[in-house]
Amino acid sequence: MNKLIQGKVWKLGDDIDTDIIIPTQFLALKTVEEMKKFAFYPLRPDLPGLIKPGDIIVAGKNFGCGSSREQAPAILAALGVGCVIAKSYARIFYRNAFNNGLLLLESAELTDVANEGDTVSVNLETNRISLEDQQFAIMPVPDDLLEMVAAGGLVPFMRKRNAK
Amino acid sequence: MGMTMGEKILAKASGKEAVKPGEIITAKVDLCMTNDATTHISIDIFEKQLKTKKIFDPKKVVFIIDHNIPSESVKTAEVQKKMRDFARNHQINFYEGAGICHQIMIEEFVSPGQLVVAADSHTCSYGGIGALGIGVGSTDFTSVMNTGEIWLMVPETLKFNIHGEFQKGVYARDLILKIIKDIGANGANYKIMEFGGPAIKDFTIDDRIVLCNMAVEAGAKSGLIEADEKVVDYIKSRGRREIYLFKSDEDAVYEKIYDYDLAMLEPMVAKPHFVDNGCPVSEIGDVRIDQGFIGSCNNGRIEELRVAARILKGRKIHPQVRLLVTPASKEVYLQAIKEGLIDIFVASGAMVLNPNCSVCWGGCQGVIGEGETLISTGTRNFKGRAGHANSHVYLASAATVAASALTGRITDPREWDHE
Repeated sequence: MNKLIQGKVWKLGDDIDTDIIIPTQFLALKTVEEMKKFAFYPLRPDLPGLIKPGDIIVAGKNFGCGSSREQAPAILAALGVGCVIAKSYARIFYRNAFNNGLLLLESAELTDVANEGDTVSVNLETNRISLEDQQFAIMPVPDDLLEMVAAGGLVPFMRKRNAK
Repeated sequence: MGMTMGEKILAKASGKEAVKPGEIITAKVDLCMTNDATTHISIDIFEKQLKTKKIFDPKKVVFIIDHNIPSESVKTAEVQKKMRDFARNHQINFYEGAGICHQIMIEEFVSPGQLVVAADSHTCSYGGIGALGIGVGSTDFTSVMNTGEIWLMVPETLKFNIHGEFQKGVYARDLILKIIKDIGANGANYKIMEFGGPAIKDFTIDDRIVLCNMAVEAGAKSGLIEADEKVVDYIKSRGRREIYLFKSDEDAVYEKIYDYDLAMLEPMVAKPHFVDNGCPVSEIGDVRIDQGFIGSCNNGRIEELRVAARILKGRKIHPQVRLLVTPASKEVYLQAIKEGLIDIFVASGAMVLNPNCSVCWGGCQGVIGEGETLISTGTRNFKGRAGHANSHVYLASAATVAASALTGRITDPREWDHE
């Protein structure tokens, strides 16, 4: 997995729930590709059109709270989000994200200083984030989980591993 | 060092003498369940990506259609057909239209001391009967359905000691809204919320489910209450015999202990758009409502319906309010018919709907329009959760919803709720 991620920041607040990430009314759509157009629909319906592959979502505490719907991390991965950096995550979302190939990082400080449009660099070797001349530590992510993200999630990761 | 009841259940499930917080274990599940909100994803993974297409034990797997029943669109009908066919082909337990998944699980399957994993965030409800219910997503569910196992981190436990007696017009629902307001929407993140203390023995099983069901709204992995005689009698009356009663040790280690005195508790509401945005009804001010909802896996059981019926009896709901009543299961519905509660609801002007998740998840019925306000006994009040992105959901007890439906404004039920 590429240990360096650089991307433009899209900034969100605290307690971004999975109904915000993908509202109930769009869950019956057949594919994640159709669904991803409605990411953050109740909050910022323009966002899916603006997010470019590699961009970084920066949010506050408790990102991904609420419903266990796995479509939420799946559509963020499908939008090409490079990673999410938040103060903390809800636990079901946390598991679902890695299972769907979406990298989540925790930083206590970044959210309070990063603004939308900033460019943030993440180094997964040194476990540091850089924003202009400021640097912040992130909680290290175990190698297995990074490999899982690189493979695109738990199922492709296991298939790859079992094929060896 | 002693263990909490949650640690004991996880030790049993992982075949160990003891476990401690932070430890990662592989646990065997006693039951797993999934509903129509997401099962099609699990079926796709199972059919298209698994090499060994095996169900670990079909008797321990339950599929329940409850979120969009009856189906409201062709898309939903297709998703449900896929689920129905899969359940039939693999001889999996299957229910549709019989009630909300967690209520059916409690009525028909779950026993104290079990570990239950389900693809729904409110799986924590089973703590009300002393079982550890853990919500997961579709990938984890598929893996559990395939292998019967799951890796879990043993969580820390927070203890909530409950003392005293409820005032008239105040309910378990108000208590959990107050606790979530106090500790915040991630105040129990990754942890177990264990409810105990001297008052818990007086809580009915329905009340205990109300507390544990909303543990996830404080970020918890689960909620738990020690099962007692009341629970054992209920489980036995349903013909289930395999019961494990786990109690937390005297010297169990809790991350934090909280104390709540019920006598100090007032009816609560959670204001838009967060469950922890709580406020006593007495301080809410003048809030006009368009719709009321009584139902959900939190608050659609017979006791809540009795409270609502007591308030609505012989009265008419406000002409500018719609009131939806959705019993949590067919069994609850039949009991409500038997007790004459349904007559009261219909006579008051309420719409009584078949058991399902209804407007609590904003999928198939009762969704609200732009600028409208709903007062609900549902589980969540997130922005857009019940319909239009610019609508408002207030959470409250069945008593508060019923009183508010009469006046057309959010109303303190204590003036209306007389036994």
